[in-house]
Amino acid sequence: MSSAAAIVGLGITPQGKVYGNSALGFAVDAISLALADAGLTRDDVDGILLNPGLTWRDMGMGSFQLQQALGLRDLRLQATMNLGGATAGAMIQHASQAIAAGICRTVVCVFSDAPLQPPSPKTGAASSGAAYQFSRGWEAAHGFFGVNALYALVAKRHMHRYGTTQDQLGQIAVAQRAWARGNPAAQMADRHLTLEEYRSSRWIVEPFHLFDCCLVSNGGLAVVVTAAERARDCAKAPVWIRGMGQGHPGGDPADTLTSGAVLAKGPAFEMAGVSLTDIDVLSLYDCYTFTVLITLEDYGFCEKGDGGAFVAERVTGPDGGLALNTGGGQLSSFYMWGMTPISEAVIQLRGEGGARQVPKHDLALVSGNGGVLSTHSTLVLARQAV
Amino acid sequence: MTSAPAKPIPEITPAMQPFWEAARHRELVVQRCRACGTLRFPARIVCSRCLAHDVEWVPVSGRGEVFSVVVMHQAAHPAFAAEAPYAVAVVALEEGARMLSGIVGCAPHDITIGMPVEVEFEQRGPEVLLPVFRPASR
Repeated sequence: MSSAAAIVGLGITPQGKVYGNSALGFAVDAISLALADAGLTRDDVDGILLNPGLTWRDMGMGSFQLQQALGLRDLRLQATMNLGGATAGAMIQHASQAIAAGICRTVVCVFSDAPLQPPSPKTGAASSGAAYQFSRGWEAAHGFFGVNALYALVAKRHMHRYGTTQDQLGQIAVAQRAWARGNPAAQMADRHLTLEEYRSSRWIVEPFHLFDCCLVSNGGLAVVVTAAERARDCAKAPVWIRGMGQGHPGGDPADTLTSGAVLAKGPAFEMAGVSLTDIDVLSLYDCYTFTVLITLEDYGFCEKGDGGAFVAERVTGPDGGLALNTGGGQLSSFYMWGMTPISEAVIQLRGEGGARQVPKHDLALVSGNGGVLSTHSTLVLARQAV
Repeated sequence: MTSAPAKPIPEITPAMQPFWEAARHRELVVQRCRACGTLRFPARIVCSRCLAHDVEWVPVSGRGEVFSVVVMHQAAHPAFAAEAPYAVAVVALEEGARMLSGIVGCAPHDITIGMPVEVEFEQRGPEVLLPVFRPASR
């Protein structure tokens, strides 16, 4: 299965406060960009996998709607998938497996969403993603709203049990913001952030400041996955899918303070035939600073509970030893769920990172995380096939 | 009378009806699996421990401790937005189940993990008494 397929196309639409398009429209645009990047056309596509963002909500069988919007005929693979932020990695896994099984040959995998509304003419204020402030009856009755608060409950337990500090979370935000300066596509490319500014930024839900939370974005992001023999003939150098795994622990993450990475990493590294110390580029899912911290622990960069002390040593910024979320991540570039970390790994492995390009870029580890540390996908991507 | 917007009233679903009926009498109840005895909240169709459907509602003491707590600074509902910042906690009941709840009678930053709390009931519209928790008096 290792190296049976490769990522050959990457399509990123304009990201962030981009209005006048829909989730479906962003998906079509991202796929067009990804196919052009690969030097392929729609006629080459025989599979589509869709991870629908929140604003796809009223569109059942979204992947079929997308097929129709793209004018695609005679597909051999199609699915609408949702494991939250773990979906993108899982889509690439299913695409690889289907290609390896001979079911299909070239699959586009896409995420898109359009939760941001244009500024109101009355107030001049832009909506900041009210779609993510959802709540059910009991929770709303107690004033408990949104995903931010769900993660904050788990982060608070981590701080309580292991002594993780606010500044340690802040260090992750500062490091990723520093990386974003090298990424012209990052929404925060020009916004420097210091730890002092982090501390004085407004609270969203304690223990999360504004800068602990990702940048909810409008846009689409697609990748093209194709079979090994075709990958070598595409416009760009293939990014080989060397290892894959998933882990969905169940139960309450506030008890375990552990993500599905502990389950997903074993199969992924074994398939890839590499170990953690071989990794050059780290793309870890970062819906919150806290998610990065716990993911570093779970992949074994440090012991469980030591994530705070680990990032406090400033190892994760451009001047540190770890090339972690080098495009700024979802905290400082754009929030395309699991597609954001995949896209940065592809950019780095191809050597297209510009000012942020890391010198050694043979092997990347990519994580996806969904729900409240509920789902997890791991990819090991490489410049060389085996 | 105040003109402030009222806080949301939880919908009384069929599955939760016994809970709200007990709350009206200032009694806190949770579900107990009749097959294996596991307590759970809110109402669920099956027991995730033994997969049995058979369930009953049983009273609990209303005492527990804070398992985790956050301080909300922005709220999607205007009545809560007007009160921010305020604390919401997961309360571990002494009998075992957990319950997400607002914490009243205490400044939000004085609430700590492990703090003993006890239930009280807050009028929410004409029909509903909503269980919330406050620092324990003992």
